[in-house]
Amino acid sequence: MSGNLEIKYKGTELTLFFRGEFSLYNISHFETQLKTLNKPSLTHVDIDLNALTYLDTSASLFLNSFTKKLNKNNISYTLICGSKELLDTLNLTDKYSNKNDNVIPSKTSFIESIGKKSYDNFLGLLDFFAFLGKLFSTKIHLIRNFSSIRYKEMAFEINESAIKALGIIALTSFLIGLVVAYQGAYQLKTYGANIFIVDMLGISILRELSPIITAIVIAGRSGSAYTAQIGAMKITEELDAMRTMGFDPYLFLVLPRIIALMVMMPVLIFISDIMAIIGGMIVANVDLDITVNMFLDRFLIAIDIKHFYVGVFKGPFFAFLIATIGIYRGMAVKNDTQSIGFNTTKSVVESIFAVIMCDALFSIIFTNLGI
Amino acid sequence: MSLISVKNLETKFDNRLIHEGLNLDIKEGEIYGLLGPSGCGKTTLLREMVMLQKYSRGTIKVLGYDLNTISHNQAQSLRRKWGVLFQAGALFSSLSVAENIALGLQEYTDLNKKMIQEIVAFKINLVGLKQSDGLLFPSQISGGMKKKAALARALALDPKLLFLDEPTSGLDPISAREFDSLILKLHELLGLTIVMVSHDLKSIYDTLDKIAVIDNKKIIYEGSLNNIKNEKSEFIRTFFKANL
Ligand SMILES: Nc1ncnc2c1ncn2[C@@H]1O[C@H](COP(=O)(O)OP(=O)(O)OP(=O)(O)O)[C@@H](O)[C@H]1O
Ligand SMILES: [Mg+2]
Repeated sequence: MSGNLEIKYKGTELTLFFRGEFSLYNISHFETQLKTLNKPSLTHVDIDLNALTYLDTSASLFLNSFTKKLNKNNISYTLICGSKELLDTLNLTDKYSNKNDNVIPSKTSFIESIGKKSYDNFLGLLDFFAFLGKLFSTKIHLIRNFSSIRYKEMAFEINESAIKALGIIALTSFLIGLVVAYQGAYQLKTYGANIFIVDMLGISILRELSPIITAIVIAGRSGSAYTAQIGAMKITEELDAMRTMGFDPYLFLVLPRIIALMVMMPVLIFISDIMAIIGGMIVANVDLDITVNMFLDRFLIAIDIKHFYVGVFKGPFFAFLIATIGIYRGMAVKNDTQSIGFNTTKSVVESIFAVIMCDALFSIIFTNLGI
Repeated sequence: MSLISVKNLETKFDNRLIHEGLNLDIKEGEIYGLLGPSGCGKTTLLREMVMLQKYSRGTIKVLGYDLNTISHNQAQSLRRKWGVLFQAGALFSSLSVAENIALGLQEYTDLNKKMIQEIVAFKINLVGLKQSDGLLFPSQISGGMKKKAALARALALDPKLLFLDEPTSGLDPISAREFDSLILKLHELLGLTIVMVSHDLKSIYDTLDKIAVIDNKKIIYEGSLNNIKNEKSEFIRTFFKANL
């Protein structure tokens, strides 16, 4: 990268000798040299490029803007250049340089950005309602034309998003039962109230823990899968292709997934109940010397069947929330790959939040109803 | 008889006007080309014709149905009468090539399995794929094969009308010419009306009967290829300058 710039003064006139290479890599060096010129006193500048061996487009852009600056300051200049190639480069860059003022994106103030964000969120909410409306009308259509239910897709989804989740749900629930019992046992032992471990476990697991844990695992596992699958289908135009062929994506993709989860969620919660109670039973046996028989006897007396029903009853509601949010997020994917990741994250966060909100609501309702 | 007519179409994305006062008319049996510079709204126009996108004003009539007032059932039956070939194929990734082609037949007809298999095999031959390719999944085949498979799927229900978005882009010149002659053959054999977007000059000259050039939100030329060289528009002059 050898290139240098010599500056010669002759009264109010000035000659710039560019030598060697003038490229991207020495523009800034020359620029600092040129900055030291004392412009007001100048009347004329000669720019001598005869000794230049190489000029790239960036450097010629720089030269063009330099001469323009001279023009603006009413300083005349002559370009001394024998090589046609260099002149061509200069002309080319001049032709394609940005003539108009740069489009500067208008700055948004803080208030404005808050407003924009809120409005966007509001539009997102409207979108979600539109989605629900479409879903509802498809459901009505389905009830009227019973034969168009997609049993095959539904069976496939039941296997994919519920049956295959059995293992992880069973394991998680078992561990949670173990942990809760272990912590409880420690406290109960100090009061000698060992047998009440059964009451504690039974009610908390059946009513709250199992449904919530199942919902969280399903949201993280199947809800996110829905978003990613449908998002990818959107990007590859598969959804558009379906529409043009007259296959309603709501009928083929959306409803089978939602129904599959709603049907299977109570079953999953039931499995989770069993596993968590087994976990608790083991701790009770080892830690508190409560035999399995004692545990089950107490369970029959202390735990009302309604607690089980309450837990299972929540299942379809949680499933509906998880599936609709997952699918809605998938449909909201834009035509770029980043948006799949973004929407998948959102889908999991939003569906877990929605499940917990819904659970809180149920809690209040059931308590007030005395259930 | 005109199969598609577009009148006074206006399309807006937010505040950006894409089409304004756009008119065109596609007659039965034509191979009709949509041309124009990048971003002038050809794909958008095609998507509007197949009801994937809403427009803000004007009317589009396809096979006699007005898309503004079409009912759900009419729309469903309309969708069986056309085939659409997307730029990237858009094959269903969870189904094999043969299953992709068979899908429409399974859903919309009461043909038995054997008959469907036979039809699928025929379509596979028709577009120039090998029978063994039918077993492969979209992720296992090349770009050119995807286009052929997608064409076979679009042709599965013997549509009257075929929409193609840049059918030869991304193909090597030999495959591109093969695709052109395939389209001509289909046009001849099945009497298809074909609407296609293309940038491929060779394929434009070889296949199209009539073209429409979109520029500045409007159709600036509609007609046969013979008179196009006399047009004054910058795009047309530059585009057709290369004498083939
Ligand atoms: N979903 C969208 N949202 C906003 N603007 C869009 C959208 N789709 C297309 N556009 C705009 O509409 C214009 C036309 O796009 P279109 O894809 O129809 O161009 P095209 O004529 O097919 O171009 P090409 O030849 O490059 O494929 C472009 O300016 C594009 O920015
Ligand atoms: Mg396009």
